[in-house]
Amino acid sequence: MAQAAIELIGINKSFGAVRANRDINLEIARGTIHGIVGENGAGKSTLMSILYGFYQADSGEIRVGGKPASIKTPNDAIALGIGMVHQHFMLVDNFSVLENIILGAESDALLKRSIAKARSELERLEREYGLEVDPDAIIEELPVGLQQRVEILKALYRGAEILILDEPTGVLTPAEADHLFRILKQLKEQGKTVVLITHKLREIMAITDTVSVMRQGTMVATRETKKTTVEELAELMVGRRVLLRVEKGEAEAGAVKLAVKNLTVKDSRGVTMVDDISFDIRAGEIVGIAGVAGNGQSELLEAISGIRRAVSGSVTLDGKPIDLTGAADPGELRDRGLAHVPEDRHHVGLVLAFEENENSILGYHDDPRYLKGPFLNVDAIISDAKDKIEKYDIRPGNPRLKTANFSGGNQQKIVLAREIEQDPGVLIVGQPTRGVDVGAIEFIHKRLIAMRDQGKAVLVVSVELDEIRSLSDRILVMFAGRIVGERGPEATEGELGLLMAGVEQEAAA
Amino acid sequence: MDLLNAVVQVLDSTIRLSVPLLLACLAGLYSERAGIFDIGLEGKMLVGAFAGAAAASVFHSAFLGLGMAILISVAFALIHGFASITHRGNQIVSGVAINFIAAGSTIILGQAWFQQGGRTPALQPGERFESITADVISNFLATYSFSSADLLASLRGLILYLPALLFDALARIPGFGPVFAELILGHSILVYFAFAMVPFTWWVLFRTRFGLRLRAVGENPAAVDTAGISVAWLRYRALICTGILTGVAGAYLSMVQNGGFVKDMTAGKGYIALAALIFAKWKPVNAMFACLLFGFLDAAAIRLQGSPLPIIGKVPVQFMQALPYILTVILLAGFIGKAIPPRAGGVPYVKER
Repeated sequence: MAQAAIELIGINKSFGAVRANRDINLEIARGTIHGIVGENGAGKSTLMSILYGFYQADSGEIRVGGKPASIKTPNDAIALGIGMVHQHFMLVDNFSVLENIILGAESDALLKRSIAKARSELERLEREYGLEVDPDAIIEELPVGLQQRVEILKALYRGAEILILDEPTGVLTPAEADHLFRILKQLKEQGKTVVLITHKLREIMAITDTVSVMRQGTMVATRETKKTTVEELAELMVGRRVLLRVEKGEAEAGAVKLAVKNLTVKDSRGVTMVDDISFDIRAGEIVGIAGVAGNGQSELLEAISGIRRAVSGSVTLDGKPIDLTGAADPGELRDRGLAHVPEDRHHVGLVLAFEENENSILGYHDDPRYLKGPFLNVDAIISDAKDKIEKYDIRPGNPRLKTANFSGGNQQKIVLAREIEQDPGVLIVGQPTRGVDVGAIEFIHKRLIAMRDQGKAVLVVSVELDEIRSLSDRILVMFAGRIVGERGPEATEGELGLLMAGVEQEAAA
Repeated sequence: MDLLNAVVQVLDSTIRLSVPLLLACLAGLYSERAGIFDIGLEGKMLVGAFAGAAAASVFHSAFLGLGMAILISVAFALIHGFASITHRGNQIVSGVAINFIAAGSTIILGQAWFQQGGRTPALQPGERFESITADVISNFLATYSFSSADLLASLRGLILYLPALLFDALARIPGFGPVFAELILGHSILVYFAFAMVPFTWWVLFRTRFGLRLRAVGENPAAVDTAGISVAWLRYRALICTGILTGVAGAYLSMVQNGGFVKDMTAGKGYIALAALIFAKWKPVNAMFACLLFGFLDAAAIRLQGSPLPIIGKVPVQFMQALPYILTVILLAGFIGKAIPPRAGGVPYVKER
């Protein structure tokens, strides 16, 4: 084995009562790609933040290149040749690429000279690693894939020998992710060390040399990637056997429940995001909408659920028209049996400052079941919340707890329980498992399939291609506001990926 | 000729009235660009005005007064920083608190020290900043002579000699001369300082490393933090810039516009400066024009006091005084397009877990 680039010895870190990292030992070999997997909250990001000097460990030792290192600030990490690409990019959106790259590493007190120096340095890096990007482009005008490239360039500009990437593919198309992996392999060939944090096991298998698994703040195993399997890693992550792909029978599609015709939606800036879209959803089937984030799926969801007004188009629910361009509001749609699990549970689906039981009836608070005269019937609401907690295995099982204190997966279950238990005819779900742990994903997928088997119509919008493929009976691919193709569940990832990237291949197919 | 005279006079007082606004507005620009809302511009100007006039009258020196105004104003800026940067307090609450402390403490200390109902003693010549009029310039030219006895003063004079010669010549051009003398000359040094700060601020913000970091910390402090720069220290430095400029603005009020401190003499200028800052979309040159506009409205309000306007007739002076605010509301409502503040503005920086 090659010499260790980084050694972590006995790292501990607590945030209040939460022990985010316990006794972590990890050795990362120079010139390799080392994956770190684990569920959300397993402590991966905390560990890497300690390595990058963003936090200090409560105890433990870090060695870089065999020498003990004291990393108190990101500056110390940068000086030791450690660079980090954060999950949420650390870029100033209205600055140019060059300005972002020099920020904090300016060579001169005057910008002109710093920028001139960075420009020539950037050209060298571009040649060396094939990382092309327009140095004068403004960040917010670049696609996310390129923004990420800027983050990588930022680290390389600072002389990084060890590059940490935190969930780098969450925002990328399959094609962009492939490109990123090529870049990482090239970095490895140039002798750099890459640490890849992810919860996507397939990426781990595809690109890493070694993989370490974290669970609940501890390092449970380190394996050579060649000698392990996705199933083994999943089991190590969750601590029990998990079904990565939920079993389901053939769909028995019935009558059309929701028919969307020529729907056009604009966003708040007036840009057309959904462009003349038509599709049907039948009873007893799950229709999945695949696509890279930002291709109009969000606006489509918002329009169908009555949150955003459509510009034109006609929609019928159970054969009766809904006026999405005018009067329809979410409450009315809910009354007519259309339930919606929003993409963004923090801002749309839940009020985080509320107690769990309050969120579990949010939107249905006018239901006579929850009322006593003009007042809320708190006892009824709490017992109702307790039922849902039991049925959906929401943890911790305390309906009086503030919703913000639940994990992402449990928050999502609160929303799902609320919407599904209303027994709607049509269920619209945006990003059903975003930020949700592997164990909870399995549960949520099973619930959605159970809905389908009860003869409900389910629409799932997700940027996770695996999820779409495993759930859907029919897959619609959205690109630039249009549906560019319809495929069955047997469609390959490559085929869907091309459609998602907007490559017309109808002719070829 | 009468009309020209009136116009020149209104424009002249426009300049005088917009100077404190401009200084306060640029002061706010430094802190808001760094992501710290500063509603306490008003209070800092007030303590600056008080400290300046008090120190000038006690030590008989205008420049000592100015120095004290800046010192105290910076101290108040640092209090704001301590509350809102170090302790991540609410920036609006901290700013409002500063305004209250300033309004109260200036009166109490003024009464305790000078026993003139919260005023400071009227400033004598030499304790105020004098206007640099055409007469002062020609006087200077007539009396200047180089003597090796007082070498330092002579050298200083030598540097001023050429510009003085130029201004003197310009002021003597028939027709143009008097207008020039009235509008451009005849102000105190603080007026020229205020207008010089406009290009200087632009240069600092957009041409220096400090400016790049300052703008970055107002947009995305996490990016600054991960780049290895201290967010807190950067924001403190921005607030020090703010304090210096509000100090000068206060000194201008009590030592130039007025011959001493009067209670509540800022009279809402700090708030108008904030409105001007939004109006100017947080850009220095725009800020100058916004402040000149508000200064002009103020000057026109004073000029038109009591005299009927053609067509409209007599306009209540209160309406004219309210005009800057009304204008801000109308213009912000859609005429200047969306004013996008620095994205991290008002939010204390906390490291994410």
